[in-house]
Amino acid sequence: MSHPRVTGVGLTPFGKHSERTGRDLFAEAGLAALDDSGVDPDDVEALFYGNFMGELAEHQGHQAPLMAEAVGLDVPATRFEAACASSGAAVREAVRHLRSGEADVILVGGSERMTNIGTAGATDALSIAADDLYEIRAGMTFPGAYALMARAYFREYGGTREDLAHVAVKNHDHALPNEYAQLRSEITVEDALDAPMVAEPLGLYDACPITDGASAAVLTSAEYAEEHGFDAPVGITGTGQASDRMALQDRDHLLKSPAASKAADEAYADADVGPDDVDVAEVHDCFTIAEVLAIESLGLYEDGEGITAAREGETHVTGEMPVNLSGGLKAKGHPVGATGVAQIASITKLLEGKSSWSDDVDDARVGVAHNAGGTVASATVHVLEVQE
Amino acid sequence: MTDKARDGEYDDLLDAIEDGEGYYVECASGHGWLPPRRVCPDCGSRELTETPFPESGEVATYTTVSVATPQFSADTPYTTAIVDYGPVRVTGLLRGVDPDDIEVGMPVGIEVGERETTGDRAVVFRPR
Ligand SMILES: [Zn+2]
Repeated sequence: MSHPRVTGVGLTPFGKHSERTGRDLFAEAGLAALDDSGVDPDDVEALFYGNFMGELAEHQGHQAPLMAEAVGLDVPATRFEAACASSGAAVREAVRHLRSGEADVILVGGSERMTNIGTAGATDALSIAADDLYEIRAGMTFPGAYALMARAYFREYGGTREDLAHVAVKNHDHALPNEYAQLRSEITVEDALDAPMVAEPLGLYDACPITDGASAAVLTSAEYAEEHGFDAPVGITGTGQASDRMALQDRDHLLKSPAASKAADEAYADADVGPDDVDVAEVHDCFTIAEVLAIESLGLYEDGEGITAAREGETHVTGEMPVNLSGGLKAKGHPVGATGVAQIASITKLLEGKSSWSDDVDDARVGVAHNAGGTVASATVHVLEVQE
Repeated sequence: MTDKARDGEYDDLLDAIEDGEGYYVECASGHGWLPPRRVCPDCGSRELTETPFPESGEVATYTTVSVATPQFSADTPYTTAIVDYGPVRVTGLLRGVDPDDIEVGMPVGIEVGERETTGDRAVVFRPR
C-alpha cells in the first residue's frame, strides 16, 4: 500500500489572539498549508475540520462550510467534534478517504478561539467534554478530572508533584525555539511546585494554557504527490481510534487510558511497527499527568513507569525517547480543535529535518501523534514515517 | 431555574436519594450503573434491576478544586470525589470533612445537597 503523504502544513502562532475570529485564524493556517504544499487549491476535494467549543466561544455552529469559504475552497466540508481530539478524528477520516482512492487531496485542520471568553468561560466550555449529569453537576472541571486520575495513579504506582513538575519543565524547554509556541520561557521545578493550585494535586504549571489558534495540513495520495513532483517524504502509515465510557466513574480504570492503548495498538498494527520503533512522539499533555498516561498507553513505557521518564531526562530532546519536542500542549498551547493537526505538523517538520530540533534527532524515521478527547473517552493515534 | 425541565431519570434518582431510597441499576452479571440505562454497556444485558445503594461506600479518589466554572465559583474550594459503592461508582461533592483529613478508602454515605453558587441540587457524600 502507498501511504497518504503530508504534503504541506500551516499553523497560526498559538497564543492569545482574543480579538481574532475563528474564521480568520483558520484562514491563516489553511492558506499557509496550501502554500507550503504547492498544491493547486482547485485540486482540493474536501475539508475535514475540527472544532470543539465554537458554539460557546463564538456563538457559531455549522463551522465547516464557513471555514472552507475562509480558505477560498468550494468543496464538501465537514466538522469533526471529539472534544480535544476533534482534528485527530478529522485526520483519520482523511487518511481513510485517501487510502480508499475516493480522493487524492484533502485539507484537514482545526481552529479554536478560547481566550475571548476568559478563564472562567473557557473552564466552563472545556468542562462540557465530561458527562453533564454525573460529572459536571458534581463540580468536575477538566483539571479536576485529571487531578482525580493523578491521585489514583500516585496511590497505585507512587509518584509525586515533583515528578509531574519535571514534565512541565521539559516541555517548556522544548518550546523555547518553537516560534509558534505560546509559552517560550524556561521554568524550574520550584516554579511549578510554588504555583497556585488549580485542582489538588494539580497546580497552574501542570495545566496547558488557554489558547487561540489554528492548524491545517494538506494530505494527498502518494500517487498525486509523485505525479505532481511534490517533495513530501512523510507518510501517515498507521491510524487508530477508540472510545471509552464518557464518565470516569464508569471506567474500568481510573489510572489508565485504555482508549489510547487500543488506538495505539490499531495504529501500530496498521503501520506494521511497534512501540520500540518509535523515534519521536507528540502526545496529548493537556496536563502533566496526561503525558505520563499517554506514554504508557503508547507502550513507550510500562504501566507505572512513565512517571519518572521526564525526571530521568529520558523524554527530553537529549534523552532516548524524546516526547513533545514542540513543547506539547503544555507550552506550545492547546487551541482544542487545532491540536490534533498541529501534532501532525510538528512530527512532519521534525521528520523532514525542518524543525528546530531536527538536528538533535537526525536519525528519526518514525513518529507517533497521540490526540485525546476529554479524559480520553476519545483517542486517535497516528504513525508517521519517512518514506523511501 | 424554575422553568427548567427535569432531566428524567437523573432527577428521579436525586429525589430517591433525598428520600433515603437511592439506587443504581444492575445487570445479572453484577455490572452497576446510574440511570438512565437501557442496556449494560459492559455485557449488553437489557435486564437491569434497581438495587439500593449500600449504607456506605469508599472514597476511590478525590480532588479539591480551586479554579471552578462560573456555576461553582462561590463553592470554591470544594472537593469532588469518586466513591466506590461496590458494583457502581458515583461522583459527587464530598462535604463535612476538612480536605486535609480526606483519605482514599474513607467510608462515606450519599445524600443530596445544594450547590452554593446556583442552588441547584447535587450528589453529596459525607463521612459515615
Ligand atoms: Zn452487564
